[in-house]
Amino acid sequence: MSKSYSNAIDLIYNKRFRSIFFQITLLISVILFFLWVANNANSNLTARGDSFGFGFLNNTAGFQILPTLGTWVVSYDVGKSTYFDVFLIGIINTFIIAITGIIATTIIGFSIGIFRLSNNIILKGFATIYIEMFRNLPLLLHLFFWYFAVLRVLPGKREKVNLLGESFGINITGLYGPRPIFNEGWEFIALGILFSIILVIIFSRYAKRIHQQTGYKYPTFWISSGIIILIPCSICLIYSLLYNLPIEIQYPEFKTDGPKLKRGYAQGIGMMMPPEMLALWMALVLYTASFIAEIVRAGILAIHKGQTEASYAVGLGRGETLRLVVIPQALRVIVPPLTSQYLNLTKNSSLAVAIAYPELVSIFAGTALNQVGQEIEIIFMMAMVYLTFSLLTSLFMNWFNSRIKLVER
Amino acid sequence: MRNNNYKFVQKEVIAQQPPPLSQAGVTGWLWKNLFSSMSNFSSISAALQSIIMIILTFVLLYFCGGQLYSLIDFALISAVWSDPEVLKRGSCTTVDQGGSLPSGWSGACWPFIFAKKKLLIYGRYPAEELWRVNLVYLTLFLGIGYTLFEGAKGRQWTGLAMLTIFPLFALILLTGANFNISWSTNLLLLGLSILFIFFGELTRRNFLGNIISELTSLFYICGVTLFLIFIAALLLSIDYGLSYVETSDWGGLLVTLVVAITGIVASLPLGIILALGRRSNMPIARTISTIFIEFWRGIPLITVLFASSVLLPLFLPDGVDFNKLLRALIGVMLFSAAYMAEVVRGGLQAMPRGQFEGASAVGLSYFQSMRLIILPQALTHVIPGIVNTFIGLFKDTTLVLIIGLFDLLGQAQSTIADAYWSSPAQAPTAYLTVGIMFFVFCFGMSRYSMFMERKLSRGHK
Amino acid sequence: MTKEEEKEIDQSKMTISEEVVIKVEQMNKWFGHFHVLRDINLTVNKGERIVICGPSGSGKSTLIRCINRLEEHQKGLIEVNGVELNDDVKKIDKIRSEVGMVFQSFNLFPHLSALENCSLAPIWVRKMPKKEADDLAMKYLEIVKIPEQALKYPGQLSGGQQQRVAIARALCMEPKIMLFDEPTSALDPEMIKEVLDTMIDLAQGGMTMLVVTHEMGFARKVANRVIFMDEGQIVEQNNPNDFFNNPQSDRTKLFLSQILDH
Repeated sequence: MSKSYSNAIDLIYNKRFRSIFFQITLLISVILFFLWVANNANSNLTARGDSFGFGFLNNTAGFQILPTLGTWVVSYDVGKSTYFDVFLIGIINTFIIAITGIIATTIIGFSIGIFRLSNNIILKGFATIYIEMFRNLPLLLHLFFWYFAVLRVLPGKREKVNLLGESFGINITGLYGPRPIFNEGWEFIALGILFSIILVIIFSRYAKRIHQQTGYKYPTFWISSGIIILIPCSICLIYSLLYNLPIEIQYPEFKTDGPKLKRGYAQGIGMMMPPEMLALWMALVLYTASFIAEIVRAGILAIHKGQTEASYAVGLGRGETLRLVVIPQALRVIVPPLTSQYLNLTKNSSLAVAIAYPELVSIFAGTALNQVGQEIEIIFMMAMVYLTFSLLTSLFMNWFNSRIKLVER
Repeated sequence: MRNNNYKFVQKEVIAQQPPPLSQAGVTGWLWKNLFSSMSNFSSISAALQSIIMIILTFVLLYFCGGQLYSLIDFALISAVWSDPEVLKRGSCTTVDQGGSLPSGWSGACWPFIFAKKKLLIYGRYPAEELWRVNLVYLTLFLGIGYTLFEGAKGRQWTGLAMLTIFPLFALILLTGANFNISWSTNLLLLGLSILFIFFGELTRRNFLGNIISELTSLFYICGVTLFLIFIAALLLSIDYGLSYVETSDWGGLLVTLVVAITGIVASLPLGIILALGRRSNMPIARTISTIFIEFWRGIPLITVLFASSVLLPLFLPDGVDFNKLLRALIGVMLFSAAYMAEVVRGGLQAMPRGQFEGASAVGLSYFQSMRLIILPQALTHVIPGIVNTFIGLFKDTTLVLIIGLFDLLGQAQSTIADAYWSSPAQAPTAYLTVGIMFFVFCFGMSRYSMFMERKLSRGHK
Repeated sequence: MTKEEEKEIDQSKMTISEEVVIKVEQMNKWFGHFHVLRDINLTVNKGERIVICGPSGSGKSTLIRCINRLEEHQKGLIEVNGVELNDDVKKIDKIRSEVGMVFQSFNLFPHLSALENCSLAPIWVRKMPKKEADDLAMKYLEIVKIPEQALKYPGQLSGGQQQRVAIARALCMEPKIMLFDEPTSALDPEMIKEVLDTMIDLAQGGMTMLVVTHEMGFARKVANRVIFMDEGQIVEQNNPNDFFNNPQSDRTKLFLSQILDH
């Protein structure tokens, strides 16, 4: 130690010392706070005769869960399945809402964002009204509107309203539609699809190489879509001529005659989407789309007009300008807020608890918590699931940002 | 060289002429904003685009126009406005449904909303005490209006008062004060604050040598804060003759505003501290702030509300108990502090390096440069972000209905269950009302934030 | 800039042929109700170097932007290389690949390197193999004298270098006509020279050029014709010598006195 640190008075003036001292104090107070909380929790639990532990996950759950994809995957059975199964069902149902919702909201959001920039006043007006109306109302209101004001007043069990002809129908018990049935030989179709995807990848690489080498540009889009459609279809055709139909479409059955109690949609035939899921899905998709539309609009507007002009000036057409100049630059601006909207959609699916669609918060933190107590464990597990989602999102975002960062001097 | 036949001199000025019809007037406007997007048939792709545009325009016009008309029809044209015979549900149902209206009729049921007006705005707050809520509402709107009014005198002071004195004032009026705060607590607060200020004064005058003179401001801050808390505690423990109103009787717009405003006001200081922590170069402080922020931002508000309603009683010592509203408030506060921290951090990041360097160069300490140079600029810069966070929070307050509090939407939802008014129009009318109220608030605030954004970006150029 | 440093200019290399490349007749343009271009008549022959000057807001940028259809005109006729400009997308694409343009604010694509900026259009518009396009881009980067910056991104280059990349990018389409929209206005004084030198080289290569600029030295040395515009009209056209020494119109005299006084 040098002379200047020889006594305590000088140490106070040392910047390093101050910073270390402050940080240690901070750390100790945080640790003390957690110890205090743990101690309180412990004494409160003992007083209640409870104890901390994850053993309850192996107990059997004794409540009904609305049939959804999750219950189907886990094959849920009241009295046999455990609370861990309930946890898994919650995650799967959250996931299915998130994935399908993200796809749909992206399509709608991008279309509306582009409408908003159109020079057609009707499109622009529609987009503006849509955006302002949807994002200035609480999501829960959207959800209640769809569930209580739209789906709850649909015709009862024994009636239906047709959508898109006979194959889709809706009533108070849910939305019914056709479902694919996999017969013997469907593996060939799956292989065919896989094969055609590989073929498309090989072809597009080849086309890119040819483009770079000779300048000749194949109509990649048309050829690829041709491959994707034709190969599986022809396999299907050949197989069904030789043996049987590998994939059938099963339409929902609606009985209008027979005993009165048996009328209505038959259970287990065709695809059914419960109204809870439909309401949640509609609310999440339409609400998030209004935010995505604004992000898309801002992203495209962020590209300076000179970029488009310069691109036109070197002779690139509208499509190429969009594809080679505007979109690569707009994506830099669009993707980060877009990912956080995706995360928001996933987190907002927890609102399902208000209409009892069985996702994570609703069945695990709601029903299961009411039955077993174990608040700390259940809320901890739930938080961990969401934190994992957001951690993955931010990992992706960091990767993306470092990849697309503009080099500056 | 060629002959110079291009030589040219313009002798007279050509006057401005009116543009051709395709450029101006109604036709020009229509052309530019409607038909130009659907009239290019010079190549196959352009023609295809034009045709798609035409179809889209008509579909949207039909769909949007139809929806808009049915909304207006429902809300205004076909709506029932009064219920002179006090039929309740009878006034809004058709003959087939047991009411008085012709069958096939569909429209909003406004008498239902008029009857539930008090519930939606005040919840179950005692009718004879409503003046207290009204006074708070009035102060709130006048105060905010004055603060936002361009060029009003002393608007920053009004703003400061709205952030400090108003919450206390509202708390006293809404609950009735007369809290049981012991004299020993008050005395302790007072004593500590005097002690801190005394030490601050000592260090300022260098009575203790110049060893700890840097601590002057710290002492002062602690002293003044404690003194303010003492004053608040004192004011809250006085009996004003107001009757006590349980928070469980609060509801409707009152709860919405209380949750949203408390959330935003309390989250601002916490958010600033977290943002500074995340931007600091002390690794432990940075890690703690980052974990805190990312934790709260990573989980949905519902989880937070659940956690605060079931975990808070577990985590606190036996005997300490908060009521439902306070629990929700704590959850909302921590949650929005994390979002606020990120907004403030954005403002700090946008500050050019030169500002930090300039502040150090003139010899300001870290706290001084933050307080005098960096934060005032960074915070002004992020006003739009703060307003947007507030809009988000305002909409999210609806979630408190899940833990059993009755905010605006929760109250509306509960009135729908009223069988005396049961009719098909009941739910849509209630949602329409709540929707209009939220829309007015949120749309207004978002316009204000856009206005600020434009103003700030002008100022920066 | 001293006399010794200035580039030698060999007027004999800059021949003008009889072939008409741009023809503008009675052209009018409005922005809303504002009449920006009024009855413009202009014929440009192959190899001409035309400088367009005038006070700001006189419509000079708008005029050259109309020539490659970045702006639409509402009345009159514009023909470039014998092709009339109208709504036809095919024609516009053809003209844009024959007319190069350099902007005041460079408008380089920030997400592409200098080389990629240059090779983008040859690859996608002229359907050139990538290797060939890269060679071509390199060739023009050498012509503008910055081959060593080829792999850098626009953000890493100085203003003058960026503008030279922009010129190379336009040249890569091997245009017959080059339009310059105030190419040196956004540059620091020491960088103006490097850009002007590049333009002089181009002129000596026989390029047809329309230049909107306030660099009167450049106009005197390189241009064979100077056009003065004011309030959306061409007020005066003359050879540089007569234009500067013997302006005919009062408005020209006023303008010249304002910009040459210092």
